[in-house]
Parts: sequence; structure tokens; C-alpha cells
Amino acid sequence: MSAGTRLASDSRADEFVARHAIGDPVVGEALVADDNFSARYDLDRLAGIFSRPTHRLAGFSYVDRILVLNTAKGGVASAWMLHEMAARKRAPLAIVFNSVNPILVQGAAFAGMTMLSGFDVDITSVVPQGARVRLDPRARVLRVLGEGGG
Amino acid sequence: MNLRLVRDEERRMRLTPDEKAMLAGELGPIARIALEHQVKVGEFFGARDFVPVTQAHVMADTESLGEAGVAWLESLAGMSEGRAAVCVPTITDPRGTDFAKVGVLKQAAWMVDLEHRAIDAFVKLGVSMTNTCINYQTVQAPTRGEHVAFGDTGVVIYSNSVCGARSNYEGGPSALSAGLTGRTPRYAYHLDECRRATVRIRVDWQPRSLNDWGSLGAVIGKLAGDYWAVPVLEGMENAPGSDALKHFGAAMASFGSVALFHMVGITPEAPRLRDVGGENLPLAHRIGEAEVKALQAAYSSDAEIDVVVFSAPQLSLYELQNLAALCDGRRFTKPLLAVTSPQVKPDADRFGITGRIEAAGGHVLAGMCFYQSYAREIAEANGWKRLATNSAKLANILGGYGYSLRLASMERCVEAAQTGMLR
Repeated sequence: MSAGTRLASDSRADEFVARHAIGDPVVGEALVADDNFSARYDLDRLAGIFSRPTHRLAGFSYVDRILVLNTAKGGVASAWMLHEMAARKRAPLAIVFNSVNPILVQGAAFAGMTMLSGFDVDITSVVPQGARVRLDPRARVLRVLGEGGG
Repeated sequence: MNLRLVRDEERRMRLTPDEKAMLAGELGPIARIALEHQVKVGEFFGARDFVPVTQAHVMADTESLGEAGVAWLESLAGMSEGRAAVCVPTITDPRGTDFAKVGVLKQAAWMVDLEHRAIDAFVKLGVSMTNTCINYQTVQAPTRGEHVAFGDTGVVIYSNSVCGARSNYEGGPSALSAGLTGRTPRYAYHLDECRRATVRIRVDWQPRSLNDWGSLGAVIGKLAGDYWAVPVLEGMENAPGSDALKHFGAAMASFGSVALFHMVGITPEAPRLRDVGGENLPLAHRIGEAEVKALQAAYSSDAEIDVVVFSAPQLSLYELQNLAALCDGRRFTKPLLAVTSPQVKPDADRFGITGRIEAAGGHVLAGMCFYQSYAREIAEANGWKRLATNSAKLANILGGYGYSLRLASMERCVEAAQTGMLR
């Protein structure tokens, strides 16, 4: 079994292994979009919602959700902002990316936030909207526990 | 042995005796905290070890830090045991205000107070408050092969691509950590193999104005896709100037999170296509004027404007000179803000440039950047909704802050400040 692949002989169809992971295990509701992420560019951090009108999650609350997105966008501010959002308890529970840039990882490390990235499948296409998911960073595994309503 | 444990062991960074001592707290708590953070990031990316850096550049406006970030800085600055300050030259990105222009921006007292607290903490940590995102034009440009730890995506892409230096995006906590430890994890753009081109693009049109350069960078950034993409560009006829490459790179980084590009025959690592591995790549995209104008047209919903902003990146002396010439003989009906660095502003004052812009009713601000200065709050305080700029980067960022953006040349933006309409 190699990192970054879907599990084979001992696999479950609802488990996906990441190449990179940081943070503690968490369980929560997934908020999924084939779109990218920057705390500066995309969020109203006071309201706790995606605010960029063109973002596919515009108007959705990200607070305490496990965000499942494509990649990180540019802007170094997210490294501070994840920490600031976590301090006010207005932060995502965790973030999962197909690919990530250093800023979001630095932000996760600083904020104590869980983050996974790097899958052999498009992770935004296999996690159902609203699904309950478990992230285990030590094993680098995302597991879908149950389908969502959305 | 369990395969997972083997892999976890392989991911552990190799530390020197000095680094082990730092991690054990032998150099004091600040160095330990900084190195612990860096190890977490390094191991995420599979860094084998650390690389020494010669400079660090810290992005840390207080809108990003918030109360929690400032309190964290103050807690670091309050530790006196062991090494209590940075050990390599460490400078700062723009602040969240120009203290002389707080009234113009209508910023609240709490914002100013937070800025003062952050500055006090940085100074105690030995950080030099240069407050600039154009340090490669104003403080000290890095040289080819120099390993640095720079924040601000525009600074990183310029330093990597135009100067040939080596930096990843270093967010504030990581850049400050690099200043405190004198090193950074060796991954991504510190490694030769990550600096090879990954996407080959031909440009069939030569930009003229700075907003065209920024828009071209934006188009390429969107096509490139993510941080790990390294575009190599063919077809550039002449070497662009520093301001053109500044807007070009800043927009590419903003739209695509790109940290390194090569221009064949122009940037230092790509005298020839094959020098960056480009000859083995298929031509992935051709970009012409139509693609650039289409990007600009996406920002043309409303002719009426409330404010004109030149910022992101901060303006060079030459940009301010050009702006002053456009302001001569005009009287603005809408606010015009031109933001520069604290290093450029005194020269602009001495040469009469500031006076010419302000005689038309504009404002020259220093040491801040518009989008890093509580852009949402100052929009509400001033009634600014429709903003015109020549910066593709600024246009990209401010959408999330509730602004309606117009992206146009400096000439058209200045005219809009006079008439209130961008045509």
C-alpha cells in the first residue's frame, strides 16, 4: 500500500488516503466544492460565511465544517487568519485539499487545525455534500461515515 | 517493522546538533517555539532538513493577525530567556494603516491601537519595520541562488523568478520563525527539481501598460492552477521593466498561487527553453490580447466609481512620477489613493511628486497596502463600493470584501477620479 492511493486489499470504498496530513483526528460535516480557498479572498470572517460572490460556496457558513476543496489560492494572510478565526471559534473544523500551498499548511500548524492534502482521486468529487466524515491525520485517511442530505 | 512507522520515520526531518539544541529549549523558548512550528510544516511537505536563510520578510497586518495574533506576538516579545530576537535581517510587509492618514481612511481607534501593539512586539523581537511589499525594489533584492524566507506572494514570485533567489511562500508565523532560527525547511522552491518548468505557454501579444502586464499575469495564473505549477513563457519580445514584472508576478501569484515562472531569454534561470526543461513539454496554451482583454472585461460592470486606488503592489518612484504627471491640472471629484513604501515616500516628497498628486485632491499613503488595511470596514465608513484600480491583484482580492471592481489603465483611473465615471 502506498501513500496517496485508494486502499487496495484492505480498502473500503469510502476511505481515501492523503499524501500529507497535519493535526488531530476530527469528525464532522463536509462542505464540498470544486473551487479553491483563501481566507483573505473568499471569506467574511466576521459573519463566518463564504463571501466572494463567484465562489461556489458563496453564502454558506464554513464554521465547524470540514471543508473539501480543490486547492489553496494565493495570499499569505491565511497563515495568520486561520489562527485568528480559531481563537474566535469561527473557523472550519478542518480543511481537505486536492493540493495545498505552504501558506495553508503553515496556518494549520499555527492554528492547530487538521488538514489533509494530495489524493489520487479528485477528493471534491468523491465526498458527498453534507456527508459525515472522519479525518485521521496520523494514518492520513479521510473516511466517509455517512451520506449527507445535500 | 510496520510500513506506516517506516514512512513516519522517513518523514522526520534530519536535525543538526544546533537544531536539536534549539528544539530542546537550550536557546530559550522563542527559538524552540519557532523551530517546532517549522518542523511541523517541513515534515508535512517531506523536507529532509533545514536550509540556512539570509533574510526574512514577515507579512503581519493586524487585520490578518487579529487580537489573537497580536497577543501571540506580545507573548513572544515578553520572553527574555535565551535568544530573544531574530538572528538574520528580518523586515516587514505593509502595515494596516498609514498613521498620518488614519483620518482619510476613517479607520477606528481600535485598529490603530492594534497596529501600535503589533509594532511594539515586532521591535522587541528585533524586526525592522520596513513595511513594504516591494523590498526587492527598495531595501535589498536577493541574488541568484540565495535562500530566503519571504512573505507576500508578490515578493516571493519576483524574488524567485526575476532575481533567481529561492523562497517558498512564508506566511507570517513561518517567516518570523525563519528570522528567529535563521533557517527554513528545505522543500519546494529551495530544491532544484521543483524549479523546472511544468507548463509551457506562448504569449503572442506584448503588454504595454502595467494593468495589461497584471492582467496577463492573472490569465497565466488561472491557467497554471496551483502553487506547484511553474510556467515557462515563450514569445516575450523585450525585457520588461521592474514595475511591469512586479504587476505581472503579483497578479500571477494572486490568481494562481504561483511562486515561480520563467521567461525564456529574460529571467536568469531560463536563458534557453531547455535550461528549465521546457523543450520536453507540449505547448499547453497560447495567450493573446483577446484573453487579456476578456479578463479585464470581467471587471467592467459599472461606469460610476466611488474611489480610485493604486496599490498592491506598493508604487515605485517611477509609478508615482507617472501618476503625478497624469494628475497635473486636474481636480478630483472622487478620492484617489496612491500607496507606496516608506522608502519611496521621502523621495516622492523631496521631488515634489507627492505635492502634485495631492494638489489634484489625491492622497499619497505610505507603509500600508489598501487590501491589508481593513478594506471592508473602510468601505463602510467611507461609502466606497465601486473601486477602480490598475492592479489586477487588488481587483482579485477585493471581490471577497464586497467591492465592485473596475480594472483599467492608470490613465483611465485618474480620469475617473476627476469625472466620477470610468469610460
